[in-house]
Amino acid sequence: MPLLKRRAKRQAEIPTSSMADIAFLLLIFFLVTTTINVDSGIYMQLPPKLDENVEPPEIQQRNLLNVLVNNSGDVLVDGQFMAINNIRDEVVRHVTNEGRLPNYADSPNEAIVSFKTERELPYEQYINVLDEIRGAYDEVRNDFSRQEHGVDYATYRAQLGEDDEDDVKTKYPIKISLAEPDG
Amino acid sequence: MSAHFKKKSAKTSQNIPTASLPDIIFMLLIFFMVTTVLRETELLVRTTLPAAEAVEKIEQKRLVSYIYVGPEKLEGNQYGEDSVQIDDAIVDDLNEIRNIMYRKVLEEPQMIISFRVDREVETGLLYDVQHELREAETLRINYSTTREAGT
Repeated sequence: MPLLKRRAKRQAEIPTSSMADIAFLLLIFFLVTTTINVDSGIYMQLPPKLDENVEPPEIQQRNLLNVLVNNSGDVLVDGQFMAINNIRDEVVRHVTNEGRLPNYADSPNEAIVSFKTERELPYEQYINVLDEIRGAYDEVRNDFSRQEHGVDYATYRAQLGEDDEDDVKTKYPIKISLAEPDG
Repeated sequence: MSAHFKKKSAKTSQNIPTASLPDIIFMLLIFFMVTTVLRETELLVRTTLPAAEAVEKIEQKRLVSYIYVGPEKLEGNQYGEDSVQIDDAIVDDLNEIRNIMYRKVLEEPQMIISFRVDREVETGLLYDVQHELREAETLRINYSTTREAGT
Protein backbone atom coordinates (compact mmCIF):
# COMPACT_ATOMS: atom_id res chain seq x y z
CA MET A 1 0.00 0.00 0.00
CA PRO A 2 2.63 2.63 0.86
CA LEU A 3 4.40 1.80 -2.39
CA LEU A 4 1.39 2.67 -4.49
CA LYS A 5 0.90 5.93 -2.72
CA ARG A 6 4.43 7.08 -3.42
CA ARG A 7 4.05 6.36 -7.11
CA ALA A 8 0.95 8.44 -7.47
CA LYS A 9 2.77 11.42 -6.10
CA ARG A 10 5.48 11.38 -8.78
CA GLN A 11 5.56 14.23 -11.28
CA ALA A 12 5.30 13.05 -14.87
CA GLU A 13 5.98 16.36 -16.65
CA ILE A 14 8.79 17.10 -19.10
CA PRO A 15 10.33 20.47 -18.34
CA THR A 16 9.59 22.70 -21.28
CA SER A 17 11.26 25.87 -20.09
CA SER A 18 14.50 25.08 -21.90
CA MET A 19 12.75 24.23 -25.15
CA ALA A 20 13.12 27.78 -26.40
CA ASP A 21 16.85 27.69 -25.75
CA ILE A 22 17.27 24.46 -27.68
CA ALA A 23 15.28 25.86 -30.56
CA PHE A 24 17.35 29.03 -30.47
CA LEU A 25 20.56 27.07 -30.72
CA LEU A 26 19.32 25.16 -33.74
CA LEU A 27 18.02 28.35 -35.29
CA ILE A 28 21.36 30.08 -34.91
CA PHE A 29 23.12 27.09 -36.41
CA PHE A 30 20.95 27.18 -39.52
CA LEU A 31 21.15 30.97 -39.74
CA VAL A 32 24.91 30.76 -39.83
CA THR A 33 25.18 27.88 -42.28
CA THR A 34 22.55 29.14 -44.75
CA THR A 35 23.96 30.70 -47.87
CA ILE A 36 21.28 32.07 -50.09
CA ASN A 37 23.29 32.15 -53.27
CA VAL A 38 21.36 33.61 -56.13
CA ASP A 39 22.92 32.69 -59.40
CA SER A 40 23.45 35.62 -61.68
CA GLY A 41 24.89 35.84 -65.13
CA ILE A 42 24.37 36.70 -68.76
CA TYR A 43 21.37 34.95 -70.22
CA MET A 44 21.70 33.83 -73.83
CA GLN A 45 19.83 31.79 -76.36
CA LEU A 46 21.78 29.38 -78.53
CA PRO A 47 20.90 29.09 -82.21
CA PRO A 48 18.93 25.95 -83.06
CA LYS A 49 20.51 22.97 -84.71
CA LEU A 50 21.26 23.53 -88.38
CA ASP A 51 18.91 21.80 -90.72
CA GLU A 52 20.59 20.95 -93.99
CA ASN A 53 17.36 21.08 -95.95
CA VAL A 54 16.50 24.60 -94.90
CA GLU A 55 18.36 27.52 -96.39
CA PRO A 56 19.53 30.05 -93.82
CA PRO A 57 17.49 33.26 -94.04
CA GLU A 58 18.93 36.11 -96.01
CA ILE A 59 20.11 38.93 -93.82
CA GLN A 60 20.91 42.33 -95.23
CA GLN A 61 24.47 43.34 -94.60
CA ARG A 62 23.47 46.63 -93.01
CA ASN A 63 21.38 44.91 -90.36
CA LEU A 64 24.27 42.81 -89.23
CA LEU A 65 26.97 44.10 -86.91
CA ASN A 66 29.91 41.72 -86.98
CA VAL A 67 31.95 41.57 -83.81
CA LEU A 68 35.08 39.50 -84.20
CA VAL A 69 37.62 38.84 -81.47
CA ASN A 70 40.96 37.21 -82.21
CA ASN A 71 43.13 35.10 -79.92
CA SER A 72 44.94 38.05 -78.40
CA GLY A 73 41.72 39.88 -77.61
CA ASP A 74 41.72 42.44 -80.43
CA VAL A 75 38.22 43.40 -81.44
CA LEU A 76 37.11 43.98 -84.99
CA VAL A 77 33.67 45.57 -85.44
CA ASP A 78 32.43 45.51 -89.04
CA GLY A 79 36.01 45.32 -90.25
CA GLN A 80 37.44 48.07 -88.05
CA PHE A 81 39.62 47.79 -84.98
CA MET A 82 37.89 48.98 -81.87
CA ALA A 83 38.74 49.31 -78.19
CA ILE A 84 36.51 47.28 -75.87
CA ASN A 85 35.06 50.44 -74.28
CA ASN A 86 33.82 51.68 -77.64
CA ILE A 87 31.83 48.57 -78.51
CA ARG A 88 28.92 49.64 -76.36
CA ASP A 89 28.36 52.92 -78.19
CA GLU A 90 28.75 51.22 -81.53
CA VAL A 91 26.07 48.65 -80.67
CA VAL A 92 23.76 51.37 -79.35
CA ARG A 93 24.23 53.30 -82.59
CA HIS A 94 23.51 50.16 -84.58
CA VAL A 95 20.34 49.22 -82.73
CA THR A 96 18.82 52.69 -82.48
CA ASN A 97 19.70 53.72 -86.02
CA GLU A 98 16.19 53.34 -87.48
CA GLY A 99 17.53 53.49 -91.03
CA ARG A 100 19.22 56.88 -90.77
CA LEU A 101 22.85 55.98 -91.40
CA PRO A 102 23.48 53.61 -94.30
CA ASN A 103 25.87 51.25 -92.50
CA TYR A 104 23.67 50.57 -89.51
CA ALA A 105 20.40 48.71 -89.05
CA ASP A 106 17.06 49.51 -90.68
CA SER A 107 15.07 49.01 -87.50
CA PRO A 108 15.76 47.68 -84.00
CA ASN A 109 13.70 44.65 -84.86
CA GLU A 110 16.00 43.66 -87.67
CA ALA A 111 19.28 44.57 -86.01
CA ILE A 112 21.47 41.59 -85.30
CA VAL A 113 24.79 41.53 -83.54
CA SER A 114 26.92 38.62 -84.61
CA PHE A 115 29.54 37.69 -82.05
CA LYS A 116 32.40 35.49 -83.09
CA THR A 117 35.74 34.72 -81.49
CA GLU A 118 38.78 32.63 -82.28
CA ARG A 119 39.14 29.42 -80.39
CA GLU A 120 42.08 30.28 -78.18
CA LEU A 121 40.58 33.40 -76.64
CA PRO A 122 40.41 33.19 -72.83
CA TYR A 123 36.89 33.00 -71.49
CA GLU A 124 37.30 36.16 -69.43
CA GLN A 125 37.79 38.28 -72.56
CA TYR A 126 34.86 36.53 -74.21
CA ILE A 127 32.66 37.58 -71.31
CA ASN A 128 34.06 41.11 -71.33
CA VAL A 129 33.01 41.67 -74.93
CA LEU A 130 29.67 39.91 -74.53
CA ASP A 131 29.04 42.01 -71.44
CA GLU A 132 29.59 45.19 -73.44
CA ILE A 133 27.10 44.05 -76.08
CA ARG A 134 24.54 43.11 -73.46
CA GLY A 135 25.23 46.38 -71.65
CA ALA A 136 24.43 48.28 -74.84
CA TYR A 137 21.04 46.58 -75.11
CA ASP A 138 20.35 47.32 -71.44
CA GLU A 139 21.19 50.95 -72.07
CA VAL A 140 18.89 51.17 -75.07
CA ARG A 141 16.05 49.47 -73.22
CA ASN A 142 16.46 51.66 -70.15
CA ASP A 143 16.41 54.82 -72.24
CA PHE A 144 13.31 53.75 -74.11
CA SER A 145 11.55 52.66 -70.94
CA ARG A 146 12.33 55.96 -69.22
CA GLN A 147 11.04 57.87 -72.21
CA GLU A 148 7.82 55.91 -72.57
CA HIS A 149 6.99 54.89 -69.04
CA GLY A 150 9.09 57.21 -66.89
CA VAL A 151 10.90 54.42 -65.07
CA ASP A 152 13.87 52.26 -65.97
CA TYR A 153 13.36 48.86 -67.53
CA ALA A 154 13.70 46.71 -64.41
CA THR A 155 11.05 48.77 -62.58
CA TYR A 156 8.78 48.71 -65.61
CA ARG A 157 9.10 44.98 -65.93
CA ALA A 158 8.32 44.46 -62.27
CA GLN A 159 5.07 46.41 -62.76
CA LEU A 160 3.94 44.22 -65.64
CA GLY A 161 1.30 41.62 -65.03
CA GLU A 162 1.50 38.04 -66.17
CA ASP A 163 -0.22 38.61 -69.51
CA ASP A 164 0.78 42.20 -70.19
CA GLU A 165 2.87 42.82 -73.21
CA ASP A 166 6.36 44.03 -72.54
CA ASP A 167 6.57 46.73 -75.19
CA VAL A 168 10.16 47.62 -74.40
CA LYS A 169 11.12 44.07 -75.23
CA THR A 170 8.96 44.10 -78.34
CA LYS A 171 10.55 47.33 -79.53
CA TYR A 172 14.13 46.29 -78.78
CA PRO A 173 14.49 42.52 -78.92
CA ILE A 174 17.94 41.25 -78.08
CA LYS A 175 19.34 39.50 -81.11
CA ILE A 176 22.87 38.38 -80.46
CA SER A 177 24.01 35.59 -82.69
CA LEU A 178 26.67 33.33 -81.23
CA ALA A 179 28.40 32.21 -84.37
CA GLU A 180 30.74 29.26 -84.24
CA PRO A 181 34.32 29.87 -85.31
CA ASP A 182 35.31 28.59 -88.72
CA GLY A 183 37.46 25.53 -88.60
CA MET B 1 -8.37 60.70 -7.95
CA SER B 2 -4.79 59.75 -8.62
CA ALA B 3 -5.06 56.92 -6.16
CA HIS B 4 -7.84 55.56 -8.22
CA PHE B 5 -5.70 55.37 -11.31
CA LYS B 6 -2.85 53.81 -9.49
CA LYS B 7 -4.95 51.01 -8.25
CA LYS B 8 -6.15 50.20 -11.71
CA SER B 9 -2.73 50.04 -13.33
CA ALA B 10 -1.32 47.95 -10.56
CA LYS B 11 -3.88 45.33 -11.33
CA THR B 12 -2.68 44.60 -14.89
CA SER B 13 -0.22 41.82 -15.31
CA GLN B 14 3.32 42.90 -16.27
CA ASN B 15 4.38 39.58 -17.72
CA ILE B 16 4.87 38.88 -21.38
CA PRO B 17 3.54 35.43 -22.07
CA THR B 18 6.49 33.25 -23.02
CA ALA B 19 4.64 30.00 -23.47
CA SER B 20 4.45 30.39 -27.26
CA LEU B 21 8.05 31.50 -27.65
CA PRO B 22 9.32 28.01 -28.54
CA ASP B 23 6.65 27.77 -31.20
CA ILE B 24 7.74 31.02 -32.79
CA ILE B 25 11.36 29.97 -32.73
CA PHE B 26 10.50 26.58 -34.17
CA MET B 27 8.67 28.27 -37.01
CA LEU B 28 11.75 30.30 -37.87
CA LEU B 29 13.89 27.22 -37.50
CA ILE B 30 11.76 25.21 -39.89
CA PHE B 31 11.81 28.06 -42.39
CA PHE B 32 15.59 28.13 -42.42
CA MET B 33 15.86 24.36 -42.52
CA VAL B 34 13.64 24.26 -45.58
CA THR B 35 15.38 27.07 -47.44
CA THR B 36 18.91 25.91 -46.73
CA VAL B 37 20.58 24.43 -49.76
CA LEU B 38 23.64 22.40 -49.00
CA ARG B 39 26.18 22.15 -51.77
CA GLU B 40 25.10 19.04 -53.61
CA THR B 41 27.99 18.57 -56.01
CA GLU B 42 31.65 18.42 -55.28
CA LEU B 43 33.65 20.46 -57.73
CA LEU B 44 36.33 18.55 -59.59
CA VAL B 45 37.39 21.51 -61.69
CA ARG B 46 38.43 25.01 -60.78
CA THR B 47 35.85 27.64 -61.63
CA THR B 48 36.96 31.16 -60.96
CA LEU B 49 34.15 33.10 -62.53
CA PRO B 50 34.79 36.27 -64.52
CA ALA B 51 33.04 39.50 -63.57
CA ALA B 52 30.44 41.25 -65.68
CA GLU B 53 28.21 44.28 -65.42
CA ALA B 54 25.08 43.56 -67.42
CA VAL B 55 23.98 40.56 -65.40
CA GLU B 56 20.54 39.35 -64.46
CA LYS B 57 19.42 36.93 -61.82
CA ILE B 58 17.90 33.61 -62.66
CA GLU B 59 14.56 33.60 -60.94
CA GLN B 60 13.60 29.98 -61.40
CA LYS B 61 16.37 28.12 -59.65
CA ARG B 62 14.50 24.88 -60.10
CA LEU B 63 15.12 24.92 -63.85
CA VAL B 64 18.84 25.44 -63.66
CA SER B 65 21.31 22.71 -64.48
CA TYR B 66 25.03 23.38 -64.22
CA ILE B 67 27.97 22.65 -66.46
CA TYR B 68 31.36 23.32 -64.95
CA VAL B 69 34.31 23.92 -67.22
CA GLY B 70 37.82 24.52 -65.95
CA PRO B 71 41.22 23.00 -65.28
CA GLU B 72 40.89 19.73 -63.45
CA LYS B 73 41.95 19.75 -59.81
CA LEU B 74 44.80 17.38 -59.13
CA GLU B 75 46.46 16.37 -55.89
CA GLY B 76 48.71 18.85 -54.21
CA ASN B 77 47.09 22.06 -55.44
CA GLN B 78 47.95 21.39 -59.06
CA TYR B 79 45.76 21.79 -62.06
CA GLY B 80 45.53 19.54 -65.08
CA GLU B 81 43.86 19.82 -68.44
CA ASP B 82 40.70 21.81 -69.03
CA SER B 83 37.76 19.51 -68.55
CA VAL B 84 33.99 19.55 -68.40
CA GLN B 85 32.05 18.45 -65.35
CA ILE B 86 28.35 17.70 -65.34
CA ASP B 87 26.68 16.81 -62.04
CA ASP B 88 29.42 15.09 -60.08
CA ALA B 89 31.58 13.52 -62.75
CA ILE B 90 33.99 14.69 -65.38
CA VAL B 91 32.88 14.02 -68.94
CA ASP B 92 35.74 12.43 -70.86
CA ASP B 93 34.11 12.24 -74.26
CA LEU B 94 32.47 15.50 -75.25
CA ASN B 95 30.07 13.64 -77.53
CA GLU B 96 28.50 12.19 -74.41
CA ILE B 97 27.17 15.60 -73.48
CA ARG B 98 24.38 15.51 -76.03
CA ASN B 99 23.00 12.28 -74.55
CA ILE B 100 23.22 13.53 -70.98
CA MET B 101 21.58 16.81 -71.89
CA TYR B 102 18.94 15.18 -74.03
CA ARG B 103 17.89 13.02 -71.10
CA LYS B 104 17.78 16.03 -68.84
CA VAL B 105 15.76 18.16 -71.19
CA LEU B 106 13.16 15.43 -71.54
CA GLU B 107 12.50 15.71 -67.83
CA GLU B 108 12.44 19.50 -67.82
CA PRO B 109 11.81 21.11 -71.21
CA GLN B 110 12.26 24.62 -69.84
CA MET B 111 15.73 23.84 -68.54
CA ILE B 112 18.37 26.56 -68.39
CA ILE B 113 21.99 25.50 -68.59
CA SER B 114 24.22 27.60 -66.44
CA PHE B 115 27.85 27.67 -67.50
CA ARG B 116 30.28 28.04 -64.67
CA VAL B 117 33.49 28.47 -66.60
CA ASP B 118 36.91 29.36 -65.32
CA ARG B 119 38.19 32.67 -66.65
CA GLU B 120 41.28 31.13 -68.21
CA VAL B 121 39.54 28.46 -70.23
CA GLU B 122 39.89 28.83 -73.98
CA THR B 123 36.62 29.53 -75.73
CA GLY B 124 37.20 26.70 -78.19
CA LEU B 125 36.20 24.18 -75.53
CA LEU B 126 33.15 26.27 -74.74
CA TYR B 127 32.14 26.23 -78.39
CA ASP B 128 32.45 22.45 -78.47
CA VAL B 129 30.19 22.13 -75.45
CA GLN B 130 27.71 24.58 -76.95
CA HIS B 131 27.69 22.62 -80.15
CA GLU B 132 26.68 19.55 -78.17
CA LEU B 133 23.93 21.52 -76.44
CA ARG B 134 22.57 22.59 -79.80
CA GLU B 135 22.47 18.95 -80.85
CA ALA B 136 20.49 18.15 -77.73
CA GLU B 137 18.29 21.21 -78.35
CA THR B 138 18.91 22.71 -74.96
CA LEU B 139 19.17 26.26 -76.11
CA ARG B 140 18.56 28.34 -73.01
CA ILE B 141 21.93 29.06 -71.47
CA ASN B 142 23.41 31.39 -68.94
CA TYR B 143 27.02 32.43 -68.51
CA SER B 144 27.43 32.56 -64.78
CA THR B 145 29.46 35.56 -63.66
CA THR B 146 30.09 37.52 -60.55
CA ARG B 147 28.88 41.08 -60.35
CA GLU B 148 31.50 43.64 -61.18
CA ALA B 149 32.45 45.84 -58.25
CA GLY B 150 31.17 49.39 -58.37
CA THR B 151 27.92 48.72 -60.16
